[in-house]
Amino acid sequence: MTVAKIIDVTRSFLTGKIETQALRGINLEIQQGEFTALVGPSGSGKTTLLQLIGCLDQPTSGSVIINGTDVSKLSRSQRADIRRGTIGYVFQFFALIPTLNAYENIEMPLLLTGVNASERHERVITLLESVGLSHREKNRPDQMSGGEQQRVAIARALATKPSMILADEPTANLDSKNGEAIMELMTRLNQETGVTFVFATHDQRVIKFSKRIVTLQDGLIVSDQP
Amino acid sequence: MNILFSMAFRNIGRNKRRSILSAVALSVGVMLLLLMVGFLNGEMNSTQDMTIRLQSGHLQVRAPSYNENKTSLKWEDLIEDPDKKAQQIASLAPVLAATPRLYLSGILAVQEQTAGVRIYGLDPSSPASEPYESGIVAGTNITPDDKNAILMGRPLAERLKLNVGDIIQLSVNTSNGDVADQNFEVRGIYTTNVIGFDKSTIIMPLAKAQAMGKAENHASLIFVLLKDRNDTDAVIASIQGSGYQVLGWSEMNEFMMVMEEMAGQYFIIFYIIVLSITASVITNTQLMAVFERTREIGVLTSMGMKARRILALFMLEAGYLAVAGTFIGIILGILVNLLFGIVGFTFGDFGLTDVLMPNTIYPQINFSNIVEISIYSLVITMLASIYPAFVAARMEPVEALHGSL
Repeated sequence: MTVAKIIDVTRSFLTGKIETQALRGINLEIQQGEFTALVGPSGSGKTTLLQLIGCLDQPTSGSVIINGTDVSKLSRSQRADIRRGTIGYVFQFFALIPTLNAYENIEMPLLLTGVNASERHERVITLLESVGLSHREKNRPDQMSGGEQQRVAIARALATKPSMILADEPTANLDSKNGEAIMELMTRLNQETGVTFVFATHDQRVIKFSKRIVTLQDGLIVSDQP
Repeated sequence: MNILFSMAFRNIGRNKRRSILSAVALSVGVMLLLLMVGFLNGEMNSTQDMTIRLQSGHLQVRAPSYNENKTSLKWEDLIEDPDKKAQQIASLAPVLAATPRLYLSGILAVQEQTAGVRIYGLDPSSPASEPYESGIVAGTNITPDDKNAILMGRPLAERLKLNVGDIIQLSVNTSNGDVADQNFEVRGIYTTNVIGFDKSTIIMPLAKAQAMGKAENHASLIFVLLKDRNDTDAVIASIQGSGYQVLGWSEMNEFMMVMEEMAGQYFIIFYIIVLSITASVITNTQLMAVFERTREIGVLTSMGMKARRILALFMLEAGYLAVAGTFIGIILGILVNLLFGIVGFTFGDFGLTDVLMPNTIYPQINFSNIVEISIYSLVITMLASIYPAFVAARMEPVEALHGSL
């Protein structure tokens, strides 16, 4: 089943009077359960593509279809509805809410989707266990290591049982040991839950774990290798 | 959603010093407003009270042609046989005291010094004369039968360096246009705490004033005090139609009433100005918070948090600051009002002639002042926080995530 389909997508940005073309006609399909890395040098357009797939941004032209819905013309509010429950994010900066503890950070997307209290609790506890952080439930981000924070971020991304998790340079701020551990965790979760993972990265550790590698250069896909 | 309340509350604590300073700015504004309102209330109430007790009474019965700005002693401007009329009025249940008064104008001379004075001829034993009796700071009160004793206000006595027992000479205009002179002993020195009144008013017994002014059995007016000022209209209605004019205290003190009404309106503008300035501190704090937390806003939107919830989050943060600042301000405001309620604000002579303002004003606040200022404070602060909350809510997720706003 196709979870994301990108058709002839371009995306350009205006910086002052200068137009920069970040994507120059992209076609891509991502199937359910894939573990895909978007790779390429800085400025190649991989993060822009990831943001379009994640409904955080809209294409200048072309279509982005998520789970059968064309999201490219949706309003801000409608895109927020799609993001909530369908897509989970993991960012390079660990991106936890600093005032919330690990439990509350994971709970946040469930609150936004209106999951009832008992189910919320059950899901958060399960996720904390699955990322190996049951003992960190009450800790706030500043009381956890970078690796632990990123594991909480992964748990949070999985909380609403999304069809897809998008990760932008998830290991960039981690040392090699923690980076490896995070990739092992995501590989396991991909296998156990069947959730689709798409990474934007130029980290060889991520590429090594990926089952499909899509390479971008100057806003175009130059190779797509399983 | 409870998590928003919880997040907003915790966000307040992220930069404690900044949050405290913002709340303190609002507190100081609220405290000062409450003190100013207390001062205005104190000034209005005491001025009204003093003007009624010393000058106008709750109502006056006068001859139709009487002009309070002229101390006329023409028969047609006076009330004939005022005792009888006063007794009739005094028999009414709501009336505390009804007593005739004769006003004379004259010149006081002592050695080589002179001063223009207004002479109040009144019954020293009437309850309406209580402010002079209770205000005696030296000597004793005069009696209704005294023929050569007067009470003098303290500022006048001080200016002329007079003490109890000293002799002064009074020259007054009489009803037939002559000038009558007589020596009087300063029997007592009084203060009503209204310098404007005390520095120019001499009190003498009514009978003596009538004799000296050759007014015979006439009075300028009948001065009436009521047990409750709310009965003024009812008493006026019951004694109307006697051939005299009957005026209530609000009618006699139009200038004071207009001044108080205007002061009330000016204060609303003042509330808005002061609270807008303090609220701008909260706007600034919230804007700083928004720009510091741009990425966090991006993360929340990436999770699907809608703009209205982000708006609500920042409005709630401002709301906590507003509630805390207002609450502390109210507490401080009550405390400073209590303090100045004991110490008072001493201003001295305002130089007003139509309004008798006490030298020292003691602030007074009531529950409705507190509620009113609290509402103004909360509403204006919340209005001031809409803009930063709106900035946060309108952020594009991608730009917010890059922290590029």
